[in-house]
Amino acid sequence: MAAYGVLAEYASPADLFRACERVREAGYTKWDAHTPFPVHGLDRAMGMRRSVLPWIILVVGLSAAAGGFLLQWWVHDKAYPLTISGKPHFAWPAYVPITFELGVLGGALAAVLGMFGLNQLPRHHHPLFEIPRFARFSDDRFFISIEAGDPRFDPTATRHFLEGSGATAVELVEEPA
Amino acid sequence: MIPREQITIPKGHWLARLPLIGGAIGVIGLAASFALASSNPRQFAFSWLLAFLFFASLAIGGLYFVLIHYATQAGWGIAVRRLAENMMGTIPLFALLFLPVIWQMRELFPWINALADGDDKLIAAKAPYLNTSFFLVRAVVYFAVWSGIALVFFRRSRAQDASGDPRISILLKRLSPPAIVALALTQTFATFDWVMSLDPHWYSTIFGVYWFAGSFVSTFAFLVLAIVVLQRAGLMKDVITLEHFHDLGKLLFAFTVFWAYIGFSQFFLIWYGNIPEETIFFRERLEGSWKAMSLLLAAGHFVIPFFFFMPRSIKRKPTLLALGAAWMLLMHLVDLTWLVMPAMHPHGVHFGLSDVAAFAAVGGLFTAVFGRLCAGSALIPVRDPRLSESLSFENV
Repeated sequence: MAAYGVLAEYASPADLFRACERVREAGYTKWDAHTPFPVHGLDRAMGMRRSVLPWIILVVGLSAAAGGFLLQWWVHDKAYPLTISGKPHFAWPAYVPITFELGVLGGALAAVLGMFGLNQLPRHHHPLFEIPRFARFSDDRFFISIEAGDPRFDPTATRHFLEGSGATAVELVEEPA
Repeated sequence: MIPREQITIPKGHWLARLPLIGGAIGVIGLAASFALASSNPRQFAFSWLLAFLFFASLAIGGLYFVLIHYATQAGWGIAVRRLAENMMGTIPLFALLFLPVIWQMRELFPWINALADGDDKLIAAKAPYLNTSFFLVRAVVYFAVWSGIALVFFRRSRAQDASGDPRISILLKRLSPPAIVALALTQTFATFDWVMSLDPHWYSTIFGVYWFAGSFVSTFAFLVLAIVVLQRAGLMKDVITLEHFHDLGKLLFAFTVFWAYIGFSQFFLIWYGNIPEETIFFRERLEGSWKAMSLLLAAGHFVIPFFFFMPRSIKRKPTLLALGAAWMLLMHLVDLTWLVMPAMHPHGVHFGLSDVAAFAAVGGLFTAVFGRLCAGSALIPVRDPRLSESLSFENV
């Protein structure tokens, strides 16, 4: 069986915080922290960079708005030019509400779907759920998992490294067959 | 515990002399305004109304900010609240500054003379509302309501500085929702009276909200600028963090969009309905140099700031945010000019000495009173029970 990675358990947010800084400093990139509640500043301790999601939302939102405007222009001015209540065919003020709504719709969908995509969700199973002790991540324990795919990962060295980081327990996580 | 010298303006500091500096500028402005008034009372009246509206939007916006703050039980902004309280504390001054408007009301409001002539049917039909005595009664009511609310919140908040009594917070929380209703109604009718009736044929029911939107944008802009100035002077350094700037930036961004939303809604329905009494407003503003100003407003009050304030990084850089805030204050002035001045100069944008004098007069006196209030107590509500929540606030 291939190894998914290594899981380390910590007793308190402070222990986790210090361990995260050490993992970051050691140069690991494919790893994560798991806590039962949001820990302020943990993102900085982990050295997390800003998500690209805002840019995805901006581009999709603006494209959807532009698409909405072009659609109306094409329909009212090119394909079916009808005079409605004496307004010119290219009556741009009338296009604004739909342009705006499509921009919002595009942005909202990009936000939700982009978030799922970047988080690789939905997925039915995760190797970490095989570890009985990991269940306490939603109760009173704090965890760090380092994935085997990390270039600095080594089954024994990484394990030793985490053991020396204040962990109360460290174990290898197998990829399920 | 925050060191005392962080949150009080020290004696002898230039900020402590603001009442003097502002007062001097105000008196010079007043003298110049009244000197110019004798040769051109009509221009004086319009310039004065414009300056009055600009600074009154900061006072009334500050009142909105404080009331909404209590009503929503917001934690983040308690460290900023005292500055907004000082803004709303200038409201009684505006009751005084309104006197020149009453003095020159015949120059400002065409319905007064039209009513006397009696041959304008549209204005005659509005006579039960648009008549001089009811207009004056309403102005008294507006200032009474605003000053009353402002006084209650201002005094109790300062009383809490001494006593630390949490019951004050609870009382003000209970008072704030009815106060918001009273403020929103009086502010709406005040803008109908003082701005919309400059063109008595024209009407727009959304007008009060439009004015509020611009006022609230400039309130956040003013708060950002005030805090940056205080921090440059070495004050509030550990009190107002990047997190507070971030939130002020978010609100500045949000209400810039809200302003555009309301402004477009007003334009859109009038454009669609195409009724002469309504379209005249935009017809006047889409001709000659007023058209350039309309475009400047659309670009400068919405499109450019929309993209400028959007990134998170801008909101967390006080200097850049302050630059944007100063721009928004300028745009609010353009917005008010665009609302008020076409009634006086229908053929094109006009800018004169009278405008500068009135701006200096009202602005100087506003600065003087605001500075006096800032120096009169700590710059934050020191014993608000939830102050520590605000100080340690973080955006998730």
